[in-house]
Amino acid sequence: MSIIENHTTNGQAFSEAPKLQARNVDVFYGDKQAIYDVSFDIGANEVIALIGPSGCGKSTFLRCLNRMNDTIDICRIEGDILLDEENIYDPKVDVVPLRARVGMVFQKPNPFPKSIYDNIAYGPRIHGLAQSRVELDEIVERSLQRAGLWNEVKDRLHSPGTGLSGGQQQRLCIARTIAVDPEVILMDEPCSALDPIATAKIEELIDELRENYTIAIVTHSMQQAARVSQRTAYFHMGQLIEVNPTDQVFTTPEHSLTEAYITGRFG
Amino acid sequence: MTNLTTREKVERSMKRRRASESRFRAYGVASVVFGLLCLVILFTDILRNGVSAFEQTVMDVSIELDGDYLGIDSQADDSAIKLANFDGLVKRHFDREVQPERRDRRQLFSLISAGASWQLQKMVLEDPSLVGQTVNVALLMDDDVDQWFKHYRGHSAHPVLNETQLGWLNQWADEGRLHTNFNTLFFTNGDSSEPELAGIRGAITGTFLTLMVTFLLSFPIGIAAAIYLEEFAPRNKITEFVEININNLAAVPSITFGLLGLAIFINLFGVARSTPLVGGLVLTLMTLPTIIISSRAAIKAVPPSIREAAYGLGASKMQVVFHHVLPLALPGMLTGTIIGMAQALGETAPLLMIGMIAFVVDVPGFITDPSTVLPVQIYLWSNGSEAAFTERTSGAIIVLLCFLITMNAAAVWLRRKLERRW
Repeated sequence: MSIIENHTTNGQAFSEAPKLQARNVDVFYGDKQAIYDVSFDIGANEVIALIGPSGCGKSTFLRCLNRMNDTIDICRIEGDILLDEENIYDPKVDVVPLRARVGMVFQKPNPFPKSIYDNIAYGPRIHGLAQSRVELDEIVERSLQRAGLWNEVKDRLHSPGTGLSGGQQQRLCIARTIAVDPEVILMDEPCSALDPIATAKIEELIDELRENYTIAIVTHSMQQAARVSQRTAYFHMGQLIEVNPTDQVFTTPEHSLTEAYITGRFG
Repeated sequence: MTNLTTREKVERSMKRRRASESRFRAYGVASVVFGLLCLVILFTDILRNGVSAFEQTVMDVSIELDGDYLGIDSQADDSAIKLANFDGLVKRHFDREVQPERRDRRQLFSLISAGASWQLQKMVLEDPSLVGQTVNVALLMDDDVDQWFKHYRGHSAHPVLNETQLGWLNQWADEGRLHTNFNTLFFTNGDSSEPELAGIRGAITGTFLTLMVTFLLSFPIGIAAAIYLEEFAPRNKITEFVEININNLAAVPSITFGLLGLAIFINLFGVARSTPLVGGLVLTLMTLPTIIISSRAAIKAVPPSIREAAYGLGASKMQVVFHHVLPLALPGMLTGTIIGMAQALGETAPLLMIGMIAFVVDVPGFITDPSTVLPVQIYLWSNGSEAAFTERTSGAIIVLLCFLITMNAAAVWLRRKLERRW
């Protein structure tokens, strides 16, 4: 398989109320191109699922949205990504406040080797979000409640975050992300290291979070994409093949590659 | 042969595989046993030779502190006491007690240490009212007497002591007046040309001051260099060149650092030679590569997921490094530093080049005072001709090993303590 010449993305790639807009995004690792001319919108308060076979560039693309790829020396990005009409790759933009607005949850739960409380409080502390201890306590409680973890950990806030179970750790990481009150949450296969019960809890949580946040989630599970997202974007070999409402993608995909993938012929 | 089933072939090869496995284990056990044996031999030898250095032969004497002879009375002030002839008093006492023939007098006096008169002087300095009284005191004996009493008693001949001297000594020993005391002087005196008066306090203080300079310089510089190289330096030819050179420096023979120190610190910058300051500077050069390399390894070992988590929350590079990477890397950094310091503690060669081999009697008070260090002191004593210096060499080695073991134990303890945070 090779990339498709003169490809344009099928389906409804653009949104009426866009939160994030990608325009002609190319990503290179050294000489190797990983993303080819990707343009689409992520609408406000929607959950968009990015799916595709391994190595299709969906995680790479996700990491462009909060400039996490900046930490990789050989990574180079062309094109524009706009957050609320503002180009995040503008030289004037500082990544620190950007990442406070666009939070990220990673594939493997990665709590800091600190207490549960300190894990949540770290973000608000470095950004100066709380004026007092009481305020910080409130942020911690609110974040843990939103992440559905409060009742499980409220009696042991000062025990290590790494002592929690995998699913709890991942919800802790989500709570940590929520604590800095971002506008967008990026999730890079957040359930791939979790069992089905923990996965179900996270999916439920994603659904609740949609009220307040815009969420982009990379997943390998098509059932998960179908369950949590409103729209689904299918990536293939670094190209964005199709973006459509999730129901449509899984019932009547427009592109033959999308159909091949969701019916399990490759990937 | 060709009709063997797969299973039979596997069974056949098992025998060979098991044999090679047990052979490999035997090699391993043999090398561990060999190593342990060498260690045991080393320690027994040093202990056998060195333990007696912690004891010193003394002789119980009742001596009259004759005020007329000394020319002082019980109200005398310190300066008068310091001028008084205690040496003569000791000699007169033994002269009267033993009543040797005139030609033997010198041989009698040579049995008593020069330290004996200082003992009396010290007593009187502390309590001048003792003048005129007869005091019981355990007088320090000469190193030859010390060695004879500890090792040669009962032998009919002695390489240094003649028959007359042995006669007196045997008599005193039989009367129970000769015995050994714990050798406090070994820990409270500086170096001396008289073995019975030579101690390691000067060397220990020098070592402490030198290591303090080394630590204060090499720890912050080493950690800062490691953090910069690992986290902030751009990946280019210059950084690569610096890295290669740091790795090379770790392998440079230590005496080269001594020459460098001599040329730069002493000749160019005019730092006083033979001082803990210049010693510490040289040892800093020597330990820096060790600290930088181990600190970088510790930083590299911090899981990238922790960095990602912090970056993802909007932490700046400084915050990621100081809030997350450094606390996790610190145990490894400290271990590397303590290993570097332990290396510096045992280093002799570079210090010889910067004059720390000088014979220094005074205990250094500050980093700019001339001093020596423990390993150099050991080297100096190992060249001493008197048998008592051999003993002290081993004694000082025991002390040095104790320091090393303590430092390494501290490294292990510190590591455990910091890692246990979770």
